[in-house]
Amino acid sequence: MITDFDPGRHDDVAVAPELAGLNLADKADGPGAAAMIAAGLGVFMMGLLTVLAEMSEGIGSFLGSFDMGLGVGSLAGKSTVSVLVFLGSWLILHFMWKNKDVDLKKAFYIGAGLGVVGMIFMFPPFFTLFKG
Amino acid sequence: MELSSRETWTVIHGLVFGTLFLLAFAGGLAGLWSLRPGLLTTEGIKERMKRLYIGVWVMAVAAWGAVITGSWIVYPWYRVKLAPVGDNAYAGCADAIAPNASCSPRDFLKSNVSGQTDLWHNLGMEWKEHVSWAAPILATAAAFLVVYYGPRLISRPWLRAAVITMFVAAFAAAVVGGAFGAFLNKIAPVL
Repeated sequence: MITDFDPGRHDDVAVAPELAGLNLADKADGPGAAAMIAAGLGVFMMGLLTVLAEMSEGIGSFLGSFDMGLGVGSLAGKSTVSVLVFLGSWLILHFMWKNKDVDLKKAFYIGAGLGVVGMIFMFPPFFTLFKG
Repeated sequence: MELSSRETWTVIHGLVFGTLFLLAFAGGLAGLWSLRPGLLTTEGIKERMKRLYIGVWVMAVAAWGAVITGSWIVYPWYRVKLAPVGDNAYAGCADAIAPNASCSPRDFLKSNVSGQTDLWHNLGMEWKEHVSWAAPILATAAAFLVVYYGPRLISRPWLRAAVITMFVAAFAAAVVGGAFGAFLNKIAPVL
C-alpha cells in the first residue's frame, strides 16, 4: 500500500492532453491519502464519543468539562477531541507520507468506512441503545 | 424592525454561514463535475481552477463558522435548564405555548406542554448537534484534495469521484443540521 514516490507513475497528459500546457509535475499520493483517512478518523471519533458519553455518565461529565463554563455540555468535549484527532492524525500522516505513494483507493475506503460507522454512531436511535 | 443579540447570532449561525456554505457547495460541485478530459482548454482550466479553489475553501470556512457559532454560542441558550422547580423538571413550562424566560427551547420541547414535541429534541436536536461536525471535517479534507491535486483531477476520474463523494457527504451532514435547525427554530426559537 505504501511505496516510495515514483514521479513517473501518473501520465496525466496521456489521458488529458489539454494539461500539457500547464507543465504539471507529478505529486506523491501520500498527502492525499492522509487527508482521506484523517477525515474518516475525525468523523468516527465524533460518533464513538457520542456512544461513549451515552454509555457512561463519567465519560459524559469528562467531555462536559471541556465547555469552559459556557453551558455547551458534553458536545464541547466530543467536538474538541474529534477535531484534535482529525487535525492531529492528518498532520502526522501527512508528514509520514509526504514523499510516499499510498494506494489512494485503499485510503479512501478506510476513510469512508470509518466515516460511515461514525455517522451511524451519531444517529440518535442507534446511540440511545447504549444509554447507561 | 430589530433583532435581539440571540436572534442575531442565530442568523449568523444559520443564515449567513449556512447560505455561504450552500452557495459554495453548488459552485464547487458544478466545478468539480465539469473537470473532465476534453471539456476545457488550457486557459479555461487555469480560470476554472482559481474559482474552484476559492469555492471549496469558502465552503470549508463557512462550515467551521456554522458549527462553532452553533455549538459554542447558540446551543447553550437552547439547552439551559430554566424550568425545574423542586422535583418537576418542567414546572417553568406550564401552559407555555413557546419558550420563555422560565422555559428554554430544550425544556419546552421535552415538556410536551404544547403537543408531542419531545421527538424534535430527542431526534432532531440530538442528531443535528453531532452530525453537523462531520461537515467541516469532510469539507476541509475535500478542499485540501482539490488544491493539492488541482488540474490533475481532470485526468484521474476515480480520484475526482472520491473528492465529489466527500464533498457531497459534507453537504448531506450540513443538510441534516440545517433542516432540523430551521424546524427547531420555528417550533422552539432561541429568544
